[in-house]
Amino acid sequence: MHPVRKQRLILVCFIVVFSTLAVGLVAYGLRGNINLFYPPAEIAAGKAPVGQQIRLGGMVVEGSVRRDPQSLRVEFDVTDYQATVTAVYTGILPDLFAEGEGVVASGMLDDKGVLQATEVLAKHDENYMPPEVAEALANAHEEATGS
Amino acid sequence: MWTWFHKLGSPPWMYRISGRILAILLPLTIAMLVVGAVWGLLYAPMDFKQGNSFRIIYFHVPASVVALAGYYVMAIAGAVSLIWRMKMAEVAMKCAAPVGAALTFLSLLSGAIWGKPTWGTYWVWDARITSMLILFFLYLGVIALYQAYENKEAAGKACAVLSLVGMVNIPIIYKSVDWWYSLHQPATIKFTEESTMHSSMFQPLLLMILAFYCLFTCALLLNMRSELLRRGASTSWVRALAGAR
Repeated sequence: MHPVRKQRLILVCFIVVFSTLAVGLVAYGLRGNINLFYPPAEIAAGKAPVGQQIRLGGMVVEGSVRRDPQSLRVEFDVTDYQATVTAVYTGILPDLFAEGEGVVASGMLDDKGVLQATEVLAKHDENYMPPEVAEALANAHEEATGS
Repeated sequence: MWTWFHKLGSPPWMYRISGRILAILLPLTIAMLVVGAVWGLLYAPMDFKQGNSFRIIYFHVPASVVALAGYYVMAIAGAVSLIWRMKMAEVAMKCAAPVGAALTFLSLLSGAIWGKPTWGTYWVWDARITSMLILFFLYLGVIALYQAYENKEAAGKACAVLSLVGMVNIPIIYKSVDWWYSLHQPATIKFTEESTMHSSMFQPLLLMILAFYCLFTCALLLNMRSELLRRGASTSWVRALAGAR
């Protein structure tokens, strides 16, 4: 290769390597702030600020959704299988909100450690299948576990 | 072995060959898009949780995948134009930017439309969506930077450097859902293990991804052809072409 071109090739490699390094360091330094939400374990450990707008993300615990019959107020527990945090929300929940499904709730922690949510978003997973297949899978699972 | 590489750098040769490629590829692309869209939107079964709204995946995922791949095309063309001072690579880089920007916009728009019925919001500042927005601005930045220079040689160099620096964003977008807690779900299509999508839904998705790759190629070649004509307006081959019509 021509020496001038070789020099330019090295220069191009330098640009790519150093920009990657710089952005990588910035992302590493900001890693806590890039996360969209706190999992319940971090909130239980006191890592999330109290009295400040935060997001809580995890799974809605099966059988934990308690609706107020008089209003749109709903209370549910969010878990990451290490800790559980209760959230309270008044309003309409997204269609995909369900027990055993992912959720991201934003709001403020009160002094009892309950999240007073102002917005609840459903977090769905990466699995897609037709309803019949999902049903067959559920049946197979029931038979296998004998329940 | 370098003759094809030198031929690639010749505008009349490139113009002729791209014309021949487009004559085959363009009808093929349109056919794949129509078949893929009808298959995905009408015949694929609906999702057990999301119902029919999941069908946006047939535009959202192909547009996103090709928007990322298109950035590599632009950045590698930029690197070639920097190292070998190859005019054709500079033309490819310049012409890939608007195509990539359009695909990124389609990805963001379809994602927002999909987000409302499933997540409950059009937009959230999570790592995946924000890094995708940065990709959109990078594409727009390359377009704007090229227009900002009077001297087109300097413009090409500046754009090549910008697209190379921006290349670091692509793996970040790809891995963002694994590295950070985000609202966006992790990837469905996996290279190392089985994809988490039923094959009756997955086949039309693969077809649409292939169709979008071809669509990108067609749009890039069409864009490059008009750029070659514009640049070579005073050369003999363009005059001969214009005279032949």
